[in-house]
Amino acid sequence: MYKITRKEYLNPTVILMDIHAPLIARKAKAGQFVILRVDEFGERMPLTIADFDKERGTVTIIYQIVGNTTKLLSTLNIGDEIMDFAGPLGNASELDGVKHACVVGGGVGCAIAYPVAKQLHKNGAKVDVIAGFRSKDIIILENEFKNVADNLYITTDDGSYGEKALVTDRLRALIEQGRSYDLVIAIGPLPMMKFVSLTTKAYGIKTTVSLNPIMIDGTGMCGGCRVSVGGETKFACVDGPEFDGHLVDFDELMKRNAAYRGVEHERGENCRMYRSL
Amino acid sequence: MDKKFNKALKKIAMPELEPDVRNKNFEEVSLGYTVEMAINEAERCLNCKHKPCVNGCPVNVRIPEFIEKIVSKEFEEAYSIIKTTNTLPAICGRVCPQETQCESKCVRGIKGEPVAIGRLERFVADYHLNNNSKKTEKPHSNGIKVAVVGAGPAGLSCAGDLAVLGYDVTVFEAFHSAGGVLVYGIPQFRLPKEIVEKEVSALKELGVKIETNMVIGKILSVDELFEQGFKACFIGSGAGLPRFMGIDGEGLVGVFSANEYLTRTNLMKAYNNKYDTPIMHSSAVAVVGGGNVAMDAARCAKRLGAEKVYVIYRRTFDEMPARKEEVHHAIDEGIIFKCLSNPVRILGDKDGRVKAVECIEMELGEQDSSGRRFPYEKKNSEFLIEVQSVIMAIGTSPNPLIRNTTMGIETNKKGCFVVDDYMQTTKDGVFAGGDAVTGAATVILAMGAGKKAAKGIDEYLQLKK
Repeated sequence: MYKITRKEYLNPTVILMDIHAPLIARKAKAGQFVILRVDEFGERMPLTIADFDKERGTVTIIYQIVGNTTKLLSTLNIGDEIMDFAGPLGNASELDGVKHACVVGGGVGCAIAYPVAKQLHKNGAKVDVIAGFRSKDIIILENEFKNVADNLYITTDDGSYGEKALVTDRLRALIEQGRSYDLVIAIGPLPMMKFVSLTTKAYGIKTTVSLNPIMIDGTGMCGGCRVSVGGETKFACVDGPEFDGHLVDFDELMKRNAAYRGVEHERGENCRMYRSL
Repeated sequence: MDKKFNKALKKIAMPELEPDVRNKNFEEVSLGYTVEMAINEAERCLNCKHKPCVNGCPVNVRIPEFIEKIVSKEFEEAYSIIKTTNTLPAICGRVCPQETQCESKCVRGIKGEPVAIGRLERFVADYHLNNNSKKTEKPHSNGIKVAVVGAGPAGLSCAGDLAVLGYDVTVFEAFHSAGGVLVYGIPQFRLPKEIVEKEVSALKELGVKIETNMVIGKILSVDELFEQGFKACFIGSGAGLPRFMGIDGEGLVGVFSANEYLTRTNLMKAYNNKYDTPIMHSSAVAVVGGGNVAMDAARCAKRLGAEKVYVIYRRTFDEMPARKEEVHHAIDEGIIFKCLSNPVRILGDKDGRVKAVECIEMELGEQDSSGRRFPYEKKNSEFLIEVQSVIMAIGTSPNPLIRNTTMGIETNKKGCFVVDDYMQTTKDGVFAGGDAVTGAATVILAMGAGKKAAKGIDEYLQLKK
């Protein structure tokens, strides 16, 4: 059982929680994730480690309320316990030797972009951060990014805050201005990562993306999280979750991620979509 | 007193759920013998001098001795006899392929059917689980810590035997429940999870500690376990890495490894509405493979509502490695077998979902290195089967996590740990057994390996003192 020691709404649908898991906190590195199960009937769900505190023994998760599990998790409060919490899983971000990076976060993906930006900053690299949101109301982690970024660019789709632009526009503008990045890291919705990768491909800039396929075990035993990278099959949970954005088959992953859309049912309710095609 | 001998040539029939009823639920198919049935079946045993059955058993269970105790209605004594060599009799009695092990050697099998050794073992184990109220006495601890990686059959047996010897054992399990294949692989209708829980509880009563959500190789390395004060380590991490064919269309929605399909269904209980984990319910499913895992996947798919479930196997029906009993259960439940067939590619619709699997007919050629005739494609014999799910049950190999994160431990070309006669690996103090050493095999072999390793660890630690 893993106790919740902190709970904060970063915006109306995005919650930050600190979970007491000292052994995981001790080992965690930027880029890695945990798999949690809220209770006995719950699903196993992966969440990236947004931050970790070795002294306090806590791991930070940031999630958006979208379905059953995140809804259930959001009803828990400080002092409540999560039944299962396993990690750190996946490979750490490969940030050694990076001198000048651009970290691009989209929406709640910024929660995953943050630990990478933080680690790069710790390593002494120059870090530009582009954080894109649909509108002002859902901006998260602005202050946290300010602490680790040499330059922070916030963009909103509707222009209610920062620059009215897509993250790809801002990125292109910076590259055209002469920023020479050794690495671009894009973390956010799949279409966003796909288009950032297409943008940087034209300039030949190394680009890493963090993939979010559906996962069950997280240790490499089921292949549910398999993705096509450069024509090869890789398991996101053990070979990733970060991959070369120029080689990922985003279209296939988008289709695979839709596998159970419309099938999720309320607890105890009879499965409405007893699919027979 | 004259012992009653039952000269019946056939086994006492095992009560089973009706195929057309049971293929829609996950209730255990085989209901078990009553006391009367068990005694009648036990009386078929000749208690012959040579006891070839004992040698047929991978762990040499003292078969005629325990059967004799059934005849004399001393069921607890029968249980104690079995337990001297078999740590998990309620499980082995259900899932062992007795027909190729003990029962294949039985003298009664020459003229008729062998004694139903498996059914008798299950009867004794169930009787004990249901009637024994005595709490196991916790052995006196010798204070020496041993780590076990993996709470599957190998790890659980090793832990149990070490605990009996007084060692302070902690089992580290990657999943959130203990049992390994016993909980994620073998379905509820073959092995009720309540049985596995009872066996795990019995281990805890012996003093074994089980820590779940501990992925060794990630949260702690094997080397760090030694730094934490463990004096020896047993690795029973299994062979959980799934194999895919590498054909077109394997990335389509609806293609699963058997591991994923079974883990959703069995470990995460996707067949039960109360549990959140979804499983794809398709009206037509193809399972590729011919082993026990393929049978399990096919029978689960049927129970999850598929009207048509196909098993596609590239060799002949008789060559399928699955347990014959499970093949017959599958046939009775309406599974369709397409032998001498192999998938060529999987076709999808515009949304990237499976709509059919294209197969080709196979022919058998010369014998290959395994002694079996090699199957090769028959030209221009392609055919389509319309399905919405394809489950790959074509084998698994050891997960590379431990070997990639442990210094000085050798594996062979297949990724299996290399061990000596005492089950010790090339790394001092690290032992291994089960599928992690042999590749995918059986529960009883894993269990036997766990027992052997416990002996090896005990000798190793006693020498070190």
